[in-house]
Amino acid sequence: METGTARVKRGMAEMQKGGVIMDVMNAEQAKVAEAAGATAVMALERVPSDIRAAGGVARMADPTIVEEVMKVVSIPVMAKARIGHFVEAKVLESLGVDYLDESEVLTPADEVFHIDKHDFTVPFVCGAKDLGEALRRIGEGAAMLRTKGEPGTGNIVEAVRHMRLINSQIRKVQNLSKDELYAEAKNLGVSYELLLNVHQHGKLPVVNFAAGGIATPADAALMMHLGADGVFVGSGIFKSDNPEKFARAIVEATTHYTDYKLIAEVSKNLGTPMKGIEISKLAPSERMSDRGW
Amino acid sequence: MKIGVLALQGAVAEHIRSLEAAGAEAVAIKWPQQLEDVQGLVIPGGESTTIGKLMRKYDFIKAIQQFSEQGKPIFGTCAGLIVLATQIEGNQGPEEPHLALMDMKVRRNAFGRQRESFEADLSVKGIHEPIRAVFIRAPLIDQVGSHVDVICETNGEMVTARQGHLLACSFHPELTDDIRLHQYFVDMVRESMQQQG
Repeated sequence: METGTARVKRGMAEMQKGGVIMDVMNAEQAKVAEAAGATAVMALERVPSDIRAAGGVARMADPTIVEEVMKVVSIPVMAKARIGHFVEAKVLESLGVDYLDESEVLTPADEVFHIDKHDFTVPFVCGAKDLGEALRRIGEGAAMLRTKGEPGTGNIVEAVRHMRLINSQIRKVQNLSKDELYAEAKNLGVSYELLLNVHQHGKLPVVNFAAGGIATPADAALMMHLGADGVFVGSGIFKSDNPEKFARAIVEATTHYTDYKLIAEVSKNLGTPMKGIEISKLAPSERMSDRGW
Repeated sequence: MKIGVLALQGAVAEHIRSLEAAGAEAVAIKWPQQLEDVQGLVIPGGESTTIGKLMRKYDFIKAIQQFSEQGKPIFGTCAGLIVLATQIEGNQGPEEPHLALMDMKVRRNAFGRQRESFEADLSVKGIHEPIRAVFIRAPLIDQVGSHVDVICETNGEMVTARQGHLLACSFHPELTDDIRLHQYFVDMVRESMQQQG
């Protein structure tokens, strides 16, 4: 009997496919998310848009919040650690969290080294905005990926950019001849073995979700069309007028992302989605997607 | 032979790949009407609460129960096992049980949380060599009715059962390249087609 194998870690992410993972800040919100059909919840102290508003250093959530959430739902519970902060990650693992997110939404603790994720029994999800980042994170042991997008903006443009870029880079790698892969591995800053795997299979070896800026059911469906295996919704749900209805609508639009009539139906009278921020109005220092390498 | 994979959420593509490798045609099922075109159904792993809710939302409960009444085989893995059971142990939600087709009492997340998820080699009655079984936040079968045959156990706990044309396991055969359990199910579907002429 073996625990924490790559198959067990990556398999856990496979079970999330076609689903919606929702940010929650307390037990009450976690119950709303589960009742709406979320496949997992991300337990946080503040959602990304509040982190933006508050400024300062954003850290791992208070363990009380994480434990409260774990107590009230039967779906998996995820939590975020700062980039490079392996002690926060170990603390969250000790609480029994099901999945860890080494997240650029929090203030990075290390500007050079990401966490060695092989050193954990619990699997990790990491953000990536291009193929190089994606494969570097997998090399470090990530069992699931997500686009970085631009969290807390309610603006889908960065998530779209990241998903399209990764897809086009994968297509390019597929079309390279085998002897060209060595130089491409150097260009991308990734291991040859991982790049060879992408070349052979035409896809990433782990599940890749969309995240960062998804604010409406149509946004979720758009990301599914672009090849996302599922979606993370952060500030979008509990910053909307009617979180319960909103959460259900996002779940349905993700399941039936090619059914436009259904998406129209669930999008009716949802109230105002979160306000949203134009990306060009963000100062470079406010861009979370530039954190990590 | 065409076998459907319920495609509301979860590991759909993996089941389709395994069924095709076992010699069947496989198709994703998004709406109940599609059940008319298939002779067998797989309910995949995923999150049972999510799959259960979406099954209700899109009127799959009655449709799959009728599918079963016609003697057409159904195979549930992990979440699919929970969805098939007549009884769910512990904090059973107001909308549970779901399909209530297999006479068994199951316990979700029975081994613990994700850090307790594991893989192991297990013997299955009717399959020669052991198979590699991947358990992810897996459920267990606590009790079975007299007409349910338990065909696989780990450490004395029941993890695979068959009740006539219904098959359920608490692990994920779709996550390995070993297709023998899918082959077993494809054979069940073939037998049921022969019986129905």
